[in-house]
Amino acid sequence: MSEDLGFFIALLLNGVSIGLMYSLIALGFVLVYKSTDAINFAQGEFVMMAALFGAVVVGFNVSPIVGAIAAVVVVLAIMIGFGFALERVVLRPLLGRPIVAVIMATIGLASVLRGLTPIVFGGETRALPLPIPDDPVVIGPATLPPIQVLGAGVAILLFLGFNWFFKKSRMGVAMRAVADNQQVAQAMGINVERYFALAWAMAGIVSALGGIVWGSMLGVDVQIAVVGLKVFPVVILGGLDSIGGAMVGGLIVGLVESLASGYLDPYVGGGTKDFAPYLLMILVLMLRPYGIFGKRQIERV
Amino acid sequence: MFHREAGVFKTTYASDMALYPLPIAKWTMVALAVLFAIVLPASLEEYYLSILNLIFIAVVGALGLNILVGYTGQISLGHGAFMSVGAYTAANLAVRLGLPFWLTLPAGGLMAAFIGALVGIPSLRIKGLYLAIATLAGQLIIEWTINHVPAISGGAQASIQVPRPDLFGFVLNTQSRLYYFLLFFAALAIVATLNLMRSRIGRAFIAVRDQDIAAEIIGIDIFRYKLLSFAVSSFYAGVTGVLYTYYLGIANYEQFQLGVSIDFLAMIIIGGLGSVLGSIFGAIFVTLLPIVIRTLMENVGSLFFSDSELANVVSGTRLAVFGGLIIFFLVIEPEGLNRLWRNVRSYFRVWPFSY
Repeated sequence: MSEDLGFFIALLLNGVSIGLMYSLIALGFVLVYKSTDAINFAQGEFVMMAALFGAVVVGFNVSPIVGAIAAVVVVLAIMIGFGFALERVVLRPLLGRPIVAVIMATIGLASVLRGLTPIVFGGETRALPLPIPDDPVVIGPATLPPIQVLGAGVAILLFLGFNWFFKKSRMGVAMRAVADNQQVAQAMGINVERYFALAWAMAGIVSALGGIVWGSMLGVDVQIAVVGLKVFPVVILGGLDSIGGAMVGGLIVGLVESLASGYLDPYVGGGTKDFAPYLLMILVLMLRPYGIFGKRQIERV
Repeated sequence: MFHREAGVFKTTYASDMALYPLPIAKWTMVALAVLFAIVLPASLEEYYLSILNLIFIAVVGALGLNILVGYTGQISLGHGAFMSVGAYTAANLAVRLGLPFWLTLPAGGLMAAFIGALVGIPSLRIKGLYLAIATLAGQLIIEWTINHVPAISGGAQASIQVPRPDLFGFVLNTQSRLYYFLLFFAALAIVATLNLMRSRIGRAFIAVRDQDIAAEIIGIDIFRYKLLSFAVSSFYAGVTGVLYTYYLGIANYEQFQLGVSIDFLAMIIIGGLGSVLGSIFGAIFVTLLPIVIRTLMENVGSLFFSDSELANVVSGTRLAVFGGLIIFFLVIEPEGLNRLWRNVRSYFRVWPFSY
């Protein structure tokens, strides 16, 4: 029996670390939705873009540590700039338009990024090596790839950082005010448009780090954008406007995936990993339509 | 459609809602009918007819999605999967029971309508983004199910060969024969949608779109109409899937993946939400776009790229142009091609005395 227990714990730890990496990506989605009510269906493509630029910078073959630091700096700069530009050019004209419009605009954006990538960068898969040890990390019965541990660590750090930002810093409080009620925030002298841009830039930061970690784990090509599809169960389970929810949602999705693929795959012939989180999500939508931590919207005619 | 009226003399609601606003409109319809039924099939080669056939199929699907998104204000990212439900239902019926198309086609549509309504159930409680993601989940779950259940997918590679439809022993196995088959269903879908939107149900859909709580207060059962909208829309999608299956001669889930759902959403956004004519324009536009890009890139692109790169570049350009157009239309011209068409028309309506 102890072997079974070991298998279970291994799946559990694997699920937790992968789940934290999912919440890393979901964080970008939640940050944008929380403060601007806009929906980013291109989150996976953001991650892909960040990973690609990271791979290009690392590809210059300076010493590994300098290369990694340079990659992080360059990718952060590019993604923040991209976030700002995107908000200004695409999202701002769509303010106040039906939600379908914003969804489709970001789907269109995803399509553009996916289309341009093979033209600009070529179709081959690139490696994104980071200066971390190759030996798997052994925790009890589980062996985890070091990159997963790093990813989980980055996710936790970002989570703590954003938590502090929204609770304590002046900008974070202003951002919450904007999210709560745009008109009142404007009346209080908050520059709403600037905070919208800031939200997208923060999504850029999260995607940059997420892209480097995921790119390093999976290798960088267009396929990495598929990770973006995992964001939806994560954010729905946690609730769209809750940062803590994104973490919990990520953990749930990671655990469900890991356990489903560990225990169910032998019976149904694989692929439950891609399917189980969505099934769970549908169930949650039926029972608690606004997620576990999301706030219920009250509508008036 | 192509006429110019001298003043507006409508005095009753009935005349305002009429399919033919003026007697002359009937003649433009007759002219269009002659063009599509006689002139085009007689003058075009097989290749161009095959493109027209694809457009006819796309028109049916785009109309269906527009009923849901444009008229009822819901959203679905699962229409590709609903098409695959129709396609596999029809393929299984046709292959296992040897049923003719006039039974498999409605059966495929009804099955898709049932599944579509099922996926639409959450629409009572959630809307907007949550609904989009719920339907996205529907798409992925249906895709997975079809791919992993051999009883549905027919085993290897999840594809089923389907015999060509035949009509009283007349086998529709060439593009020109399929042409009339598909033209008939495209025309039927257009007329059905036009009439549906003039009816009580259509008005209820529009009321739900404009403000669903207000609609509920004036006595519209919104759950019923939302589900009905999902069902009708998925019925169209199912029929689209069946037609596509007969067109290709094979049912394959790869033809109905998430990208297809997005293609159809792009059609109605580029064409114009909540407009029949817009759906048609969008279907034409989105169907032709990849063909035009491919032809263009094969002729011009070879100057810049080597042959091995070209395949990458062509598919990449298609995606990029496609996404760019979606954003362009959303930001610059939200009412789509339909609005551009109306602008042209209203310009010529008083031409040459535009004052």
